[in-house]
Amino acid sequence: MTKTGAATGEERSPSVGRASSGAPNSREERILGIIETARAKRPKFRDERITMSHGAGGKATQSLIEGLFAPAFDVGELADAATVALGGARVALTTDSFVVKPLRFPGGSIGELAVNGTVNDLAVAGARPVALSLSLILEEGLDSELLRGEVEAIANAASAAGVEVVTGDTKVVERGHADGMYICTTGIGLRDERAELSPSALRPGDRMLVSGSIGQHGMAIMLARDEFELEAEIESDTCSLWPAMDALLDAAGPSLRCVRDATRGGVGSVLNELARASQVAMIVREGDVPVDPAVAGAAELLGIDPMYVANEGKLVAFVAPEGAEAALAALRDAGCEQAAEIGEVRTEPPAMVLVETAFGGKRVMDQLVGDPLPRIC
Amino acid sequence: MRFVDEFRDAELAGALAREILSVVEPGRHYKVMEVCGGHTHSIYKYGVDDLLPENVELVHGPGCPVCVIPMGRVDDGIALAHRDGVIFTCFGDMMRIPGSDGSLLDAKAQGADVRMVYSPLDALRVAQKNPDRDVIFFAIGFETTAPSTALTLKRAKAEGVENFFCMCNHVTIVPPLRALLDSPDLRLDGFVGPGHVSTVVGARPFEFIPADYGKPIVVAGFEPLDILQAIQMILRQLADGRCEVENQYRRVVPYEGNRRALEVMAEVFELRPHFEWRGLGFISQSALRLSDAYADFDAELRWEVPGVRVADPKACQCGEVLKGVIKPWECKVFGTACTPERPIGTCMVSPEGACAAYYNFGRFAREREVV
Repeated sequence: MTKTGAATGEERSPSVGRASSGAPNSREERILGIIETARAKRPKFRDERITMSHGAGGKATQSLIEGLFAPAFDVGELADAATVALGGARVALTTDSFVVKPLRFPGGSIGELAVNGTVNDLAVAGARPVALSLSLILEEGLDSELLRGEVEAIANAASAAGVEVVTGDTKVVERGHADGMYICTTGIGLRDERAELSPSALRPGDRMLVSGSIGQHGMAIMLARDEFELEAEIESDTCSLWPAMDALLDAAGPSLRCVRDATRGGVGSVLNELARASQVAMIVREGDVPVDPAVAGAAELLGIDPMYVANEGKLVAFVAPEGAEAALAALRDAGCEQAAEIGEVRTEPPAMVLVETAFGGKRVMDQLVGDPLPRIC
Repeated sequence: MRFVDEFRDAELAGALAREILSVVEPGRHYKVMEVCGGHTHSIYKYGVDDLLPENVELVHGPGCPVCVIPMGRVDDGIALAHRDGVIFTCFGDMMRIPGSDGSLLDAKAQGADVRMVYSPLDALRVAQKNPDRDVIFFAIGFETTAPSTALTLKRAKAEGVENFFCMCNHVTIVPPLRALLDSPDLRLDGFVGPGHVSTVVGARPFEFIPADYGKPIVVAGFEPLDILQAIQMILRQLADGRCEVENQYRRVVPYEGNRRALEVMAEVFELRPHFEWRGLGFISQSALRLSDAYADFDAELRWEVPGVRVADPKACQCGEVLKGVIKPWECKVFGTACTPERPIGTCMVSPEGACAAYYNFGRFAREREVV
């Protein structure tokens, strides 16, 4: 099961009750206790209908996965790819669907995304990608040239990522469905022996690395939709993460705790998900987070935090302190020039992600509640 | 980013923080309300309150335009959205605000054609592209957004667009402030005035706050340094025993406001005799509707809406929280009947509301020293 979809939303701060001075009041304690009990419960899926929020990677997605899917299939730990033992081999398995609109955008297209997305889920789980299946759902009337172009994009991306497309399926649906085309890919890979990764393996003191500037893919898509009338040269960052992952495993294998690709919901969502899974706190130094100036500018105008914007070729790695320097150097040598250490793992308060703002204050970076919608004021 | 980064400089912030420390009287507790939701957002985003001394408390005011829309109005909007042939348009953050039976996002999931737009002009374009459909724009916001709705309606009229309608929920800033100030149990020492609203109305309309109520107000911009400086100016007034309207946001806000924007608003809108605010109840002359000249565009006149008033539950104490009389956790329904997933009052609706923030980070507020 991929995509645990946790994490985060609008910026908020801890404050409000600055009257925190003095002895904690017993009624206040009791109320906080009630809230904490309620939050610790496995989220229930109680919504009457599916809304767009259920696909946004935030709290609603989490309620769907943890409240409906995981219990039904008795899935324990939720990671980007599952491991299946086949004979002596440890095989990683993952699947992903792609419904991006528009089909082509600066820096990539749906076909390229469909390969890299699945390859990356395998890679960050510590598995060398081997083979993909390809399911296409095509809309009646789709231009064959467009389809030809996407098939070519798939072949090229697969070859670049070193995976084979070995099986597939095609369905055609009536005009008005499927927005041209939807793609679903399933990938298998071989677990790498150099590291043992788990979302619950984070320990206080661990360092947080990102492999490059964040928010490019999501911002490129938003601008390509032409809803904002903003012109900016932003390209999707879609690419295979296996070379970066391979370098990480080589340089810091035993120190690697967990790696994630920061897709839907962005880096902010990944951090919240892992803070919850490991019951640790995290602190992010906002000034150290690499953001391309064009992305930062567009995000500023739209009132969106780049930390919640999707990436398709960026990983977040947690590394034990002794391996951090080597891991960062390895990422940079592997072509991730903008890789940076952006924060670390702490003890308190558990399951919370804090941001040290460049302004000198702190805030909590919470889970996304729905899509990161532009604010009106 | 040039021209922006200089308003987020940590060194300047440190200098302002030290100035604030030198102005406050030790042992005195100060409560300052930032009126505008945009300020609240910046305060959270940059952690502005971390730079304030322990005894200066920020109270989040009623200026979040989506949170103040009462449930009944959301229900009316949803009823219109469900009508055959209607395309219902609104700003993104309005789509999540709960009515008595779900939000516009839920209505969309049930089949209503609800579309997110980024400006009223976008909604007008939707109408022009879909001449066989009726396109309704759910207009919200203070004087900040009202002029753009007004200009859009003027254009619709000039271009003879007949399938564009507006459900007007625009509100005005002064009446709710007066309502807050009129309450005998108010515990606020001063106000950070709303910068965006003031670019339209100017700083003059706030003169009643020092004149009638003896509280200082400083109109402020939205960068963290703007807010910090405004707080410093308020505390300085209190220390000097002064009490006046000051304009920190002079680079944008003219004291007399924007005459042209006010004129176009006066042409397109008129005051409603009264309007309900979520959490604050009915406040007279606190909202706008379309004027007679624009009656043809008024969605509420074109169609019947349920118009059912959904009362805020009696136990809800948003009013007291807003006035700074009680802390969120002192409210009878906080954390039990009223949660961010199922909010009752305005303070829990928006993630920036005082109660929602406290719900999420309450214990952390005490424990952060540990971090």
